[in-house]
Amino acid sequence: MEESASPTPAPGSMLARQRVRSAWLFLLPTLVVLAGVAGWPLFRTFWFAFTNASLADPGPPEYVGMENFATIWDDPDWWQSVRNTFLFTGVSVTLETVLGMVIALTLNTRFRGRGVLRAAVLVPWAIPTVVSAKMWGWMFHDVYGVINEMLLHVGWISGPIAWTVDPKLSMVAIIAVDVWKTTPFMTLLLLAALQMLPEELYEAAKLDGAHPVMVFFRITLPLIRGPMMVAIIFRVLDALRVFDLFYILTSNSSESMSMAVYARQQMFEFQDLGLGAAAASLLFGLIALFTVVYLVLGRDSVAQEAA
Amino acid sequence: MRQVLSWLKKLGFGLLVTVIIVYTLFPFYWAVVSSLKQGTALFVVDAWPRNPAWHNYVAVFTEQPFGRNLLNSVIVATSVVLVSLFLAVTASFALARIQFRGRTLLMLMILAVSMFPQIAVLSGMYELVRALGLYNTLPALTLSYMLFTLPFTVWVMTTFMRELPKELEEAAVVDGATPWMICFNVFLPLLKPALVTTGLLAFIAAWNEFLFALTFTLSQEARTVPVAIALMSGASQHELPWGLIMAASVIVTVPLIALVLIFQRSIVSGLTAGAVKG
Repeated sequence: MEESASPTPAPGSMLARQRVRSAWLFLLPTLVVLAGVAGWPLFRTFWFAFTNASLADPGPPEYVGMENFATIWDDPDWWQSVRNTFLFTGVSVTLETVLGMVIALTLNTRFRGRGVLRAAVLVPWAIPTVVSAKMWGWMFHDVYGVINEMLLHVGWISGPIAWTVDPKLSMVAIIAVDVWKTTPFMTLLLLAALQMLPEELYEAAKLDGAHPVMVFFRITLPLIRGPMMVAIIFRVLDALRVFDLFYILTSNSSESMSMAVYARQQMFEFQDLGLGAAAASLLFGLIALFTVVYLVLGRDSVAQEAA
Repeated sequence: MRQVLSWLKKLGFGLLVTVIIVYTLFPFYWAVVSSLKQGTALFVVDAWPRNPAWHNYVAVFTEQPFGRNLLNSVIVATSVVLVSLFLAVTASFALARIQFRGRTLLMLMILAVSMFPQIAVLSGMYELVRALGLYNTLPALTLSYMLFTLPFTVWVMTTFMRELPKELEEAAVVDGATPWMICFNVFLPLLKPALVTTGLLAFIAAWNEFLFALTFTLSQEARTVPVAIALMSGASQHELPWGLIMAASVIVTVPLIALVLIFQRSIVSGLTAGAVKG
């Protein structure tokens, strides 16, 4: 462990002990708040998952063992929400990675108006998810939507399509909004990685007369694989907990829910806090799994940071 | 031949840039256009409003408590930023500048909290909010938003705090400064740019939050802007007031876009610091 940042009095000295004590004092408020808003609520959620806690019944919840999990296991709506969430995550993160890469490579070349393009790319990122969902919901409107109008105009469809009503199509709409909104994030991370690459490599490749496509797959891609994987997992973590887009764009039909929407519906619309908590715990477990992968993949950078 | 090829290349590149710009900006453009249409004009797909009118912008404030919703969002987001920055400055000072046992574990724990899905704490948080008597009030949101702003601000501030020169600190120690003085009198002025970046990102996150705001508020007057927009309804269930919704969307988006464009550079560095390093 390197001792770069702080002046270090001899270990064990009065000064050193004082510093350590003040460190804990400085951390105390943050730790208390985090325990209050993260630790305790999470613990309660896990506990509720094994009880019949209900918003309709104000009495103390009773322990019911695995009953909630068994109910969820037998609920086709739950499995539908799992499929939806995975499909959404897989497709949108893939599209965001590809699209983000295209835009990042574009931004990484020098051309006039690069600043304008970079600013434009940031705009979707700045727009709140709810607003993006509404904006696209209007564009996808079955009767008055501009998307149907455009598709009709070029003759790709013969009649207006009810994008957000049909569960299969609403997935298309949801993915479209998410890709639009979060590609900028992917672009920024990939661009940051691209700008770290040494220019000499590319000059050498140019001298060798390598085709740009080959340069991309043989040089660029392997070199930015690390940061790219971290960015992808970061996006996966985010996509798995998706709530807003599904909640707003699909009028809450049981066929088009994400896991988070399912959990919240059980908790607050059906007032079955225990069942919802069980579903939320399962989603938490899934995300925890991916977080571990993230930490292991990003281990080097994290360890460096923490050292 | 060679010239034609390079010309074609340039054309292709220009086309690519144009497509990207149109793709990223069109939905917002369409929201602006729609918000300026009224009555039946809204239901005609026209590339620009024939008789642009501010009617929707007035109506969103008169027919909805939207002014109140905006104020709520401002209050919540500002308080979230102030509280998280204060906590993050003190915590990051300890994490970045002082060697002590368990530090790495703490950093990893804070990082892990930033990955929490909000839904996993929702029922427990709901119970807590009710127990504290905060249900349907703005402090409920300020408190619950700490879940995602605090780990993020602590993490990013720690990266910035670590880069400050140790000579400064040593000089202060020689002068008899306490850690508190070093943190707030010596370091804080140097951290202003970092505070702006981190605060802005926390502000945007709080401004955009939906799940907690939807669950912990009940009355229209207590709603924040995202919930108000999501739940805007018209005379009947099937007649959504699209003109109003688009006007409200533009109102909440314009300041954000302005902020993001002004602070473009620092936002990019803050985002990459938060995601790649963190």
